[in-house]
Amino acid sequence: MTYEEKSVSSKFSDEIRHRLGGETIAFCYQCGTCASSCPVAKVTDKYNPREIIKLSLLGARKEIVAGDTIWLCCSCYNCQERCPQEVEIADVIYTLRNIAIQEGNVPDIYVAFAEGISNEGRIVPVSKFAEKKREEYGLPPIKPANMDALRKILQATSFSKIQFKKGEAQ
Amino acid sequence: MSETKYLLFLGCVIPYRLSSYEISTRKVLAKLGVDVVEMPEFNCCGYPMDSVNHDLMLTLAARNLCVAEKQGLEILALCNGCFCSLNETNKMLKEDKELREKINGYLKEINMEFKGTTEVKHLVHVLAEDVRFEKIKNAVKRPLTNLYVAQHSGCHLVRPTKFVEHGDDPENPKMLKDLIKLTGAECVDYQDEARCCGNPIIGVNEEVPFEMAREKLDHMRVAKAEAMITVCPFCHLMFDLNQPRIEKTFNEKFEMPVLHYPQLLGLAMGFSPEELALNTLRVKPVKLLEKLRTN
Repeated sequence: MTYEEKSVSSKFSDEIRHRLGGETIAFCYQCGTCASSCPVAKVTDKYNPREIIKLSLLGARKEIVAGDTIWLCCSCYNCQERCPQEVEIADVIYTLRNIAIQEGNVPDIYVAFAEGISNEGRIVPVSKFAEKKREEYGLPPIKPANMDALRKILQATSFSKIQFKKGEAQ
Repeated sequence: MSETKYLLFLGCVIPYRLSSYEISTRKVLAKLGVDVVEMPEFNCCGYPMDSVNHDLMLTLAARNLCVAEKQGLEILALCNGCFCSLNETNKMLKEDKELREKINGYLKEINMEFKGTTEVKHLVHVLAEDVRFEKIKNAVKRPLTNLYVAQHSGCHLVRPTKFVEHGDDPENPKMLKDLIKLTGAECVDYQDEARCCGNPIIGVNEEVPFEMAREKLDHMRVAKAEAMITVCPFCHLMFDLNQPRIEKTFNEKFEMPVLHYPQLLGLAMGFSPEELALNTLRVKPVKLLEKLRTN
């Protein structure tokens, strides 16, 4: 059976709808305004927001969650601003990424970000070299983040439970 | 508005990778009588974590907002990404009681509570709406007449409009354009001005954002821009730091200097290029500075 023969409501689209940011997905009527507004889709065939919404509505969970396409949204919000059905497309894609990461599909860059947050509370590591440069420029020193507090936040939000592919970030 | 004092939120990228933005901002704001207080113990704004875990993004942002609430100051962000996540979280938690209770549940672990008493502004909003045009105009001592530049506001300064309430046009942003005109420079119109720089996906794919940036540089060149003006570190890194690689990839020459807006304003206010750290830019603005000298 092809996707088109299935119902547009699926277990996967319900899962998305019930998560923060995914609420509006079912309003989509596939007009394609998003795809024609998308600066990424303009330069590559690998990414098409309309297709992502369609496959999600049709329940192609594995294809979306394990695939590469959701990571190509540049989150410019052009599609979302122009959508006549007020589908919050960029927010839906963030929701899809959250699901993908939960399932272990984590691009290396997010492994690196996660390490930065876990170790220093920021994504750019503090370095002695950079601190010295700041001093030379007459800029005030940057105080470290409060890691005791941050560790508690990482625990509370279940971030600590996410399985990142350690070691592949470098 | 007489009280112009803000908590400066530098974010992760600017302090260590783009001091020129920070240096020029501090110089210009001090001269305009805007006080900035250093943000104590700040953490990531949350933006890079939105893809990973939405609750974490909201909680990271909310923690920063709590710090600002405690200080009784509004946040001044220099980065579009920081502005976006802090502002979005602030608005969402103010409006959605259920969500606020959830995030406050996480914050309780560190004895903090989001109350909803602060505001988040980007440098562009502070200049255009709080300092106001007249004061900036009066501070311009050396108008940059005969200089043609192109604006790149970036995405998260103007979109999504459900959270950005500053009345700028998401399809054709004008606030930065108006600020540029105050310096005496001409702000050229070019094709697809509101389009993204591509940087948010450079960590997963290089080809696509390079092509996106190449197109924008090309459109600016067609419009005869002599420099490009940005207000976000990510956009700046994309167009300045990566420009030589973009040129190499596509076998083209742009040689388009990319200035942070406070650098452009600073030049018009009479600061020297060195004081504004123009020498640290990747694409050296040699022709531009020559033109200003002989103006």
